[in-house]
Amino acid sequence: MRQHSAEQDQDFSSVNRAALLAALRPLLPVANLLHEAEDLKPYECDGLSAYRELPLAVALAETEEQAAAVLAVCHKLGVPVVARGAGTGLSGGALPHAHGVVLSLAKMKRIVHLDPVARLAVVQPGVRNLAISEAAAPFGLYYAPDPSSQIACTIGGNVAENSGGVHCLKYGLTVHNVLRVRGLTMAGEAVEFGNHALDAPGYDLLALMIGSEGLLAVVTEVTVKLTPKPQTAQVIMASFDDVMKAGEAVAAVIAAGIIPAGLEMMDKPATAAVEPFVNAGYNLEAEAILLCESDGTPEEVAEEIGRMTAVLEGCGATEIRVSSNEAERLRFWAGRKAAFPAAGRISADYYCMDGTIPRKCLGEMLTAITAMEKKYGLRCINVFHAGDGNLHPLILYDANVPGELERTEAFGAEILKLSVDLGGTITGEHGVGFEKINSMCDQFESEELKAFHRVKAAFDPAGLLNPGKAVPSLHRCAEYGRMHVHGGHLKFPDIERF
Amino acid sequence: METLLTDWAEQIRAAGATGRKLRLSGGGSKDFYGNALAGEVFDTRGYAGILDYEPTELVVTARCGTPLAALEKTLAEQGQFLAFEPPHFGAATLGGAVAAGLSGPRRAAVGSLRDFVLGIKIIDGEGRILSFGGQVMKNVAGYDVSRLLAGSLGTLGLIAEVSLKVLPLPVAEASLRFELPEDKALEAMNRWAGQPLPISATCWQGNVLTLRLSGAAAAVSSARQTLGGEELTETEAQAFWLGLREQTADFFADSEPGDPLWRLSLPSVAGHVELPGRQLMEWGGSLRWWRTGAEAGQVRAVAEKLGGTASLFRGGDKSEGVFHPLAPVNLAIQRRLKQAFDPKGVFNPGRMYSGL
Repeated sequence: MRQHSAEQDQDFSSVNRAALLAALRPLLPVANLLHEAEDLKPYECDGLSAYRELPLAVALAETEEQAAAVLAVCHKLGVPVVARGAGTGLSGGALPHAHGVVLSLAKMKRIVHLDPVARLAVVQPGVRNLAISEAAAPFGLYYAPDPSSQIACTIGGNVAENSGGVHCLKYGLTVHNVLRVRGLTMAGEAVEFGNHALDAPGYDLLALMIGSEGLLAVVTEVTVKLTPKPQTAQVIMASFDDVMKAGEAVAAVIAAGIIPAGLEMMDKPATAAVEPFVNAGYNLEAEAILLCESDGTPEEVAEEIGRMTAVLEGCGATEIRVSSNEAERLRFWAGRKAAFPAAGRISADYYCMDGTIPRKCLGEMLTAITAMEKKYGLRCINVFHAGDGNLHPLILYDANVPGELERTEAFGAEILKLSVDLGGTITGEHGVGFEKINSMCDQFESEELKAFHRVKAAFDPAGLLNPGKAVPSLHRCAEYGRMHVHGGHLKFPDIERF
Repeated sequence: METLLTDWAEQIRAAGATGRKLRLSGGGSKDFYGNALAGEVFDTRGYAGILDYEPTELVVTARCGTPLAALEKTLAEQGQFLAFEPPHFGAATLGGAVAAGLSGPRRAAVGSLRDFVLGIKIIDGEGRILSFGGQVMKNVAGYDVSRLLAGSLGTLGLIAEVSLKVLPLPVAEASLRFELPEDKALEAMNRWAGQPLPISATCWQGNVLTLRLSGAAAAVSSARQTLGGEELTETEAQAFWLGLREQTADFFADSEPGDPLWRLSLPSVAGHVELPGRQLMEWGGSLRWWRTGAEAGQVRAVAEKLGGTASLFRGGDKSEGVFHPLAPVNLAIQRRLKQAFDPKGVFNPGRMYSGL
């Protein structure tokens, strides 16, 4: 059998399509095995449409048994498998493999069990993020991580990406809100990580699974933690005449010992883009606005809003507005949540970045991005999960203009490089996927990358789950390094080069 | 101090080359925990000190040998703390606390030690110095090796440096006490946990339920009104929660001959545990400590039937392994992970499971 290797990407060109389809056919209802080009087309990309590829086949599993059977066949035939939920990912993590199978879990969308007393829900991987909170709402509970795509994205994908959202500063990421994951190894063997208690013996494989981008195992069931819904919430919209001041205000709120339920920042181009779209009531004169939320009991919220207002005023906010009712609070947030579609409205295409930096570097990063706009001749609008230092610069471009996509990619790579140089990371919540695989060579040395490959091999020795994503081969980094030699320092000197 | 790590890496490589085994040790405060100790002591206390701490970033990075008490003192001076309240059990070091992965009374409310780990630097069994994660709250670049190392009992690598998320100290706290039998206490803890109450710790023993409220002054005061009960004085409360966290309370300390301490990790809604002996519950019912002389097989079977696991925490017969047995597929993955980081089996042989 082929073995996964850190050195080289594997070559799967010898996969026999006819033999694969013949082996898959008996495993699934006819309608659940797609292999004609027009049926495969909807699966050619995920939320990052700049990269497209047709797989050999798409298998739509309705049960764990079907998924296991598909995996076992692919394992036997040495065929790569890319697991897929709703396909809303933004890093090309579900980009098909040209010689592989896409295993869709979207039909497994049943909430198996919801226990309001134990405050947990057992759900299949294709259940939408928001559907869990909707099902829990009658019990005064909800599922805390709320990525902006929560109306569509599935819990299986959330586990793969360790998704966050605007409230994760206070309530944590997926890794903090999942108790148990049931899955299948590439060989089709069922495996469980975690349980319905608060810890499990042995190494923490649950933590390792979350955010592993479909490279370690295929998720077939997830137990999520449900959180009591706060009695009330209020949000402050604070305007600033200077982005640096807004950045400093973010640090000042934290320094005052406050963990807001949400702390978001939008720059002037971002508010200008969303305001005509949602009429959120943003101050369009401001260079930057902060959305600063408090939740809890009415007394607690009143106390915290008072403290946050004082801090923001002390940092030079030019205007402070506090939501006076739930409708207004949701309107303030609607603008933030609509940033991506609004970007799509004002530009033919946009490219969303996801670097995370220490909060104290927000101002420095914004200044650098402004300079990059001039350098690359492209506009960029900025929305940040400021409380976590997680940036979502949206670079606006037009794919039909020759050279713009290339300039956009170079712009994005420079933002990511700066994120790493400032002590941060190339991806806070969207994942590496296919998109940022070269930037991984900036963030990690070859010994760490080799360690990642050994971790992968511990779960998937044959290297068939989502190959070519998330962790680059050393060969790829050497090639990338040849294009981008950093200050004359050759980063992967021990690799043979072509 | 940086050369110390490269020296250690060299010593680890040399140990691997000659088949020697090393027992990684900080303050030795958790020597009682895990399977029998084996290997030559490798003292990690020489690599100590806080490397980076900016309170507004809510992150601290420190070396493994930093005394946990010194780290907590530095945080407290800035009005911050390690919210998972790691037990010290003596002269604990940061590296040892992360390797043990244990969390204290606040765990059910705020998360466990591993939830607060953001980044790590290790020396693996081949003497490679590796860094994973970072100093930022959100980071999904590469597998989450930092959290894998938390609770690995030093079997995968020497934890040299750790970055942890820290939180502001609660503005207000209050502790309440209720007379309640076990079933009523379990029912109450689960019911309250489903409501937006600022409960930060619970403990039930001998028909007394004690709970702690933490948060904004207004939230603590309104919850105190809602819940009722008898309030502890501040001194009583501090002594009570410290005794629980450090296991100096009578339940843990007054050892009766032949009664080892078992740690049962169960769903919070699991009912009465049918065992001889005495019980103390924490974490809203998810953690049940038992002083019992029952056979290991019986304790484990009871825990499994209730959907959880049982580990022998202190005392008793360690020969069969103290941790709950793993499913074969999990054990196989864990053995391969051990191979990935420590193929020569240099570190803490058998401390967690035989072969790991």
